[in-house]
Amino acid sequence: MTVPVLEVKGLNRAFGALPVTRNVDLALEKGARRALIGPNGAGKTTLVNLITGALKPSSGRVLLDGEDITALSQAERARRGLARTFQINTLFRGLTVLENICMTIGERDGECNNLWRAAGAKRSVIDEALDYLDALRLTDDALKLVRELPYGRQRLVEIAVALAQRPRVLLLDEPAAGVPSSETHLILDVVASLDPDIAILIIEHDMEVVFRFARQITVLVAGAVFTEGTPEEIMANADVRAVYLGEAIPGGGRHD
Amino acid sequence: MPHIVSIAVSILFDGLAYAMFLFITSVGLSVTMGLMNFVNLAHGAFAMAGGYIVVTLTRSSGVDFVPALIIAAVTVGAASVPFERYLYRRLYKATDLEQVLLTIGLAFMAIAVFTYFYGPIPKSVPLPRWLQGDVNLGFRAFPSYRAFLIVLGAALIAVLWYAFERTNIGAKIRAAVDNRRMAESVGINVDRLFTLTFALGSALAALGGGLAIQLFGLTPSFAVIYLVLFLIVVAVGGLGSLKGTLLAALILGVFDTAGKYLLADAGGFFIYAVTVLVLLVKPAGFYGRE
Amino acid sequence: MDASETQAVLSARSAARARAADYLARRHRFRWPECLPWLLAIAAFFLLPDRMTFGAQVLIMVMFALSLDLILGYAGIVTLGHAAFFGVGAYTVGLLIARLGYTEPISSLCAAAMVAALIGFGTGWFLLRYRGLTLLMLTLATAIMLQETGNLRSDISGGYDGLPGLTIAPLFGIFQYDLYGHVNYLYVLGVLGLIFFFVRRIVYSPFGQALTGIRENVRRMHAIGSPVHRRLVTVYTIAAAIAGVAGALFTQTNAYVTLAVFDFDVSAKVMVMLILGGTGRLYGAFAGAVVYMVLEDYFSKMSPTFWQFGIGLLLVLTVLFAPRGILGLIEGASGRAARRAGP
Ligand SMILES: Nc1ncnc2c1ncn2[C@@H]1O[C@H](COP(=O)(O)OP(=O)(O)O)[C@@H](O)[C@H]1O
Ligand SMILES: [Mg+2]
Repeated sequence: MTVPVLEVKGLNRAFGALPVTRNVDLALEKGARRALIGPNGAGKTTLVNLITGALKPSSGRVLLDGEDITALSQAERARRGLARTFQINTLFRGLTVLENICMTIGERDGECNNLWRAAGAKRSVIDEALDYLDALRLTDDALKLVRELPYGRQRLVEIAVALAQRPRVLLLDEPAAGVPSSETHLILDVVASLDPDIAILIIEHDMEVVFRFARQITVLVAGAVFTEGTPEEIMANADVRAVYLGEAIPGGGRHD
Repeated sequence: MPHIVSIAVSILFDGLAYAMFLFITSVGLSVTMGLMNFVNLAHGAFAMAGGYIVVTLTRSSGVDFVPALIIAAVTVGAASVPFERYLYRRLYKATDLEQVLLTIGLAFMAIAVFTYFYGPIPKSVPLPRWLQGDVNLGFRAFPSYRAFLIVLGAALIAVLWYAFERTNIGAKIRAAVDNRRMAESVGINVDRLFTLTFALGSALAALGGGLAIQLFGLTPSFAVIYLVLFLIVVAVGGLGSLKGTLLAALILGVFDTAGKYLLADAGGFFIYAVTVLVLLVKPAGFYGRE
Repeated sequence: MDASETQAVLSARSAARARAADYLARRHRFRWPECLPWLLAIAAFFLLPDRMTFGAQVLIMVMFALSLDLILGYAGIVTLGHAAFFGVGAYTVGLLIARLGYTEPISSLCAAAMVAALIGFGTGWFLLRYRGLTLLMLTLATAIMLQETGNLRSDISGGYDGLPGLTIAPLFGIFQYDLYGHVNYLYVLGVLGLIFFFVRRIVYSPFGQALTGIRENVRRMHAIGSPVHRRLVTVYTIAAAIAGVAGALFTQTNAYVTLAVFDFDVSAKVMVMLILGGTGRLYGAFAGAVVYMVLEDYFSKMSPTFWQFGIGLLLVLTVLFAPRGILGLIEGASGRAARRAGP
């Protein structure tokens, strides 16, 4: 049996009196394609924040390659190959797309410790950055400021930045959120064609996408893992259908 | 009375009076900063303006001290509304830096204007007879003016506490400080609420400015010198918290007084050391949200 | 896909790559207008020989504002206590002369830079985890506590009367500081040139880019693995050292120093200069400091009150109408003119 790349054990977190993550266990194998679904407010984003270290859990552990990283900072986790995208774009809006990617590569390689050499002088960095942009069909936007791009293209930059971290685990928080439905297919195509070695956890509301992309699905309700299984098992699960039909579950989340 | 107890009583009494001044002047700043996240470095200028109104009314127009205080508070409160409406409002979503610069700019302009009309020499205020001299509390005599400050401060605390915790408007303010978006989504008009609290806070600052004259004398640079103290009270207490502001005012008031009594030279050092310690342990202040 | 199509795709790709590389290289390439401030500074030496002390003071403020630009303009750290480091530098030199009789100018500058850097590192390491009001208060408190410390030991610092009548040994052991400040002006200009070269390298380095990233979006920086705190402490320490050098030059130029160097006014003044010139653009410090100092020299002689009002008004107007400062206005205007002239 292989050690999962990412493992979450007994994670808990509350905001004030409100428990938002409750005793969550989760494991991603190498190359995993797992979807995390659940109603709005179920605590999906919070779980991503706990895994990446943006938030501290009140109890529980996060392991990367079997090594406990719970005490590490967000940045240290990122440097070990844990990348995420944000539900709401979180980019350097005043910089160009290319600079967004080069910055990420620079931090990944420790280039940014250099105070003396001129930034952008390394051809290999530029080439690598453009490889990501080519792959996401962003080449023509490389020299535009992020804030000048339409929201849908900014979503692609989010993914490009995460890829430039060369992650082993990638957490995608609603990558197509806020994008007109006519453009979502582009983003989802990109997600579907990502490197098969990367373990991916995707949060997504569109069930069609989830069932097409995911090999495993975890259902989160009111901060706790409600059930998990293959798409077929989840589809056949009457309780899950109940959640998505909006029927009340004891202590359950709400639909927005 | 043994010497040491006598000194302790003096420190407590003076510290309490000082704390009341700090509380009255800072509480408006705390609530507005908590509500809008707006760094208002012109708050001290409103206090200074209040002080000069009191000086003018008592010296030139023969108005008594207490009515002058009330007129100053009402005038400054009303005058602050256009500032909020037409200047501050434009920068609620701006960065800390822009807010700092705009309000420092306003403070500088205010200092210049008041220096032009009143000059840089410290002004004093004529007090009514009942505020001069000492009151005897049986075991000891205390300066009447400081006793007045303590009583007035306590009364204002009671009123503010009631307004904050027991009235409809108070509940709205607390809700908006807690979570602005949530408050708006349940139909609270946060903009109007802010204008109101801003005016009230400025009025209290003006009152504080009037009360400060007798304690420190009044010069135009009051607007900046004491501003630092008000900001410290707000930061240490935690933005938007009445309780926090009071606690911070008490601690800083008493510590500062004690520092000045016991270690005359190091006195100024004390209050900043306390501030740094508190903020290093509790970055959002006593009752602020982390 | 046939061979010629593949060829076309490949050449389009390499063209895009060349464009990108060129774009990134262009940012830090030397531009001719950059000579302008230096030529003006040298011209001032020949044209205004009797204003050299004032000239040195302007250059010192340029250096001070430049140090603030590193942390405020590039890294986005809002501080109300930058005078702390200026003051530490000023007092290092002052105390070396007055208490230890050490008067050699250049090694004194280095000492000032080191002491200021040390204090910048120590305070920065504590403070730079915080943001907003808490950071504002802590930076402010740092400067005031240093001032109060000086006040407490006025037997050493000279208190608010300061250390008057400081004399400095000849520069390089040869050039005597003259009464008109000619040697001193060139000395300050030389140090400024050196420091500017250094700051310019930093700003265009990958480290400088990371600072911009922190200013633009700190959450993203954490997410891509940037050691944000370490970066901030590094730049804060460097800025402190530069501010310390500016303070040291201030003491050497004026031959005295008082505790007023730690005043809130000093922190506010340098911030106003930088904002006036424009933040995050290197030459903003030049434009802002020169304009501020010249206006102040002119108006404050006329009426200090009027000057204070003017500064306040200038700040308000800058925030409301020219948030990118004088240089921003110039760039905007020349951009518009170019567009009108162009196709
Ligand atoms: N920083 C926070 N402070 C307080 N409550 C929060 C915070 N972040 C999230 N919450 C609450 O936690 C719950 C889960 O939020 P979230 O993780 O964003 O859900 P999801 O991503 O599944 O929609 C919600 O009720 C939300 O209001
Ligand atoms: Mg979410």
